[in-house]
Amino acid sequence: MDSALLVDRIHFAFTITFHYLFPQLTMGLAPLIVVLKTLGLRRNDEIYHQAARFWARIFGINFVMGVVTGIPMEFQFGTNWSHFSRFAGGVIGQTLAMEGMFAFFLESAFLGLFLYGERRLGPRAHWWSAVAVFLGSWLSGFFIIATDAWMQHPVGFVGAADGSVQLTSFWELVLNPWAWWQYAHNMSGAVITGSFVMASVGAFYLLWGKFEAHGRVFLRVGVVAGLIFSVLQLFPTGDGQGRMVAVHQPVTLAAMEALFVSQTGAPLVILGQPNVDQRKIDNPIEVPNALSFLTYRAWKADVQGLDAFPSDMWPENIALLYYSYHIMVGLGTIFIAMMLVAAFLLWRGNLFSARWMLWILLLALPFPYIANTAGWMTAELGRQPWLVYGLMRTAEGYSKMVSAGNVMFTLLGFLGMYTVLGILFLFLVRREIEHGPEAEVSSGH
Amino acid sequence: METLWFMIVAVMVAAYVVLDGFDLGAGAIYLSVAQTSDERRKILRAIGPVWDGNEVWLLAAGGTLYFAFPLLYASSFSGFYLPLMMVLWLLMLRGIGIELRAHMENPVWVGFFDLIFCVSSVLLAIFFGAALGNVVRGVPLGADGYFFEPLWTNFRVGPNTGILDWYTVLTGVIALVTLIAHGSLYVAVKTDGELNQRTRTVALWAWPLQLILTIAGLVATCYVQPTVLNNYKQHAIGFLIPVIVLGSLGGMIYAIRKGQDKLAFVGSALYIVGMLVGAAFALYPVVLPASTDPAHRSLTIYNTAAGRHGLTVGLTWWIPAVILALGYFVLLFRMFRGKVRLEGEGY
Repeated sequence: MDSALLVDRIHFAFTITFHYLFPQLTMGLAPLIVVLKTLGLRRNDEIYHQAARFWARIFGINFVMGVVTGIPMEFQFGTNWSHFSRFAGGVIGQTLAMEGMFAFFLESAFLGLFLYGERRLGPRAHWWSAVAVFLGSWLSGFFIIATDAWMQHPVGFVGAADGSVQLTSFWELVLNPWAWWQYAHNMSGAVITGSFVMASVGAFYLLWGKFEAHGRVFLRVGVVAGLIFSVLQLFPTGDGQGRMVAVHQPVTLAAMEALFVSQTGAPLVILGQPNVDQRKIDNPIEVPNALSFLTYRAWKADVQGLDAFPSDMWPENIALLYYSYHIMVGLGTIFIAMMLVAAFLLWRGNLFSARWMLWILLLALPFPYIANTAGWMTAELGRQPWLVYGLMRTAEGYSKMVSAGNVMFTLLGFLGMYTVLGILFLFLVRREIEHGPEAEVSSGH
Repeated sequence: METLWFMIVAVMVAAYVVLDGFDLGAGAIYLSVAQTSDERRKILRAIGPVWDGNEVWLLAAGGTLYFAFPLLYASSFSGFYLPLMMVLWLLMLRGIGIELRAHMENPVWVGFFDLIFCVSSVLLAIFFGAALGNVVRGVPLGADGYFFEPLWTNFRVGPNTGILDWYTVLTGVIALVTLIAHGSLYVAVKTDGELNQRTRTVALWAWPLQLILTIAGLVATCYVQPTVLNNYKQHAIGFLIPVIVLGSLGGMIYAIRKGQDKLAFVGSALYIVGMLVGAAFALYPVVLPASTDPAHRSLTIYNTAAGRHGLTVGLTWWIPAVILALGYFVLLFRMFRGKVRLEGEGY
């Protein structure tokens, strides 16, 4: 492997992974803040307004982090992946430019009004500013997913004489079925992060014995949304996304499941370590025939294993892909179970005094982040060795004029900068949480 | 169609420089004109609600460039790798400096964030000016349309250029002085009292410098890149542009002396637009001149454009999108119109 290619890949992987820690909370919290504000208007209850203001402060800090770590993403297509940009810009330039024109302007214009304009605007108009920020962030998500979906499953293009691809159908690009399944799955994942974070802070307040009225609101909204979206994450969105992979990238499915040999009635591996050299799973715990059923709705269906494909079509890092996928699915399953119990306790009126459950909800905070990250790793590692599936290999797309040393320099710069940003973020959010939802302004300067 | 998209990208870049220019300029003068904590908060409040939206013009222009001229985007972004990455870092630091300062409780850290905001604003202004200088001067494009420029070589203009040479340093300084004047006038419009007086003084002092640098810049450009005169010779109407540039400079000093801050700010905006349109007019249809073999290797709007269908489809969504965006801006600037006050919500 050419060393500049490797550093470019690490560069992108690191900056995108760190970046996406923030937008998932932005997109997940935005609809929940609209819910809180709606409840506040409907019930005319100050607790909900205070709750909305509290989450708006967290949202503001989180949003800034998302904006500043997002700027490098749009530029990196050109700086580090210029051959890819030249090849695919005629198609994915559409969705990326639309993100800027439709989503960023909407978000940035209304964010200021949303964060600092409550008194100026009055309750109704301020509610609309929250809706505008919500719409902007979800539109932004769509255009990015549509871009990634095109790289996963290219549609609506034609090869041009100069070797690039050019758009032939705008609607095929925007209505790419892969994009809509992936969008539904991804946005549901974002709301899981938002609702888990909200429930976690609520549980913290009840365990702490402070701001308990607000804590109960956070728990109610967080647990109800958490249950709904944990279920939606599995079905229909996860199932639909999985069948997209099965149909359009069967070799990826085989690698995700570490199914080395094609089988009739293929088992589903629950636990085990893929041993790629010997082409088997070590210490497997399997459910017989389950993979066939989940993929083709028939217990005895044939599922293609990796042996059905030439090895230069295999994803390069099968073990990491397998673990990412299994961590995502495993955590998703635990989320459903956890939220079912919490919602049952809430329904019975016992949740707020069930300290063991509050502890679980509190400590669950990092796991939706891990699950979302693992999900994206599954998508992106699964697409390998392709940058654009079936059209351009990753090894062909990087900037050949930029030396490995220059990329290493900026990678180190980003590592340092993001370490500082991460510490700053945790510090500021921790302080907002300690100050609590009753403080009117975050701080006065 | 390519020409239309060239104009669209040029307009978006101009919108970016005029809009984000005033908050960059406000950042550059921030530490020197605003001495008390209240004065600093006033400046932050003057730009706080709008700076992020202003910066979106850069992202939207970048996205539109990517969409309309993929090869230009690919070639220039990878060729200017190091300075672009530094611009990204500065943009990040600056955003953090503006937005998170209000969350700092200790004066030591408030001071630190002030410094970050000011220094990153100054450096960004210089970088953007140098970037424009690079585009006008030309870069060592290879036959495949790619190049890579180190940060500097020997500071001379020649076949073996770096990002920084005497010419691009000059354009960087021009940008800094221009944006200092522009930002000062914006802060003058948005504030009253001592702060207003001080920013007017800055603009007054910047003006002769701006005049000298403008003339020096025009002369240097004709020397470094003689082809810039070709379009002007063919279409004499182009000579209106330098007239507008000098006229708006004259209008600026008139308005500053009369104490008409808004008029002076408009003059400054017009000056910036004039300079950028002048550069775009001079280059067209070239978008990145090659320093060696310019006739064959230069990137033009024709050899870098995306497919015809994509460009046509793009118009159908770009037009409503820009109308919406302008609508948001009008709403936003109306909501936060008038002189800033320190009471109430915000920074």
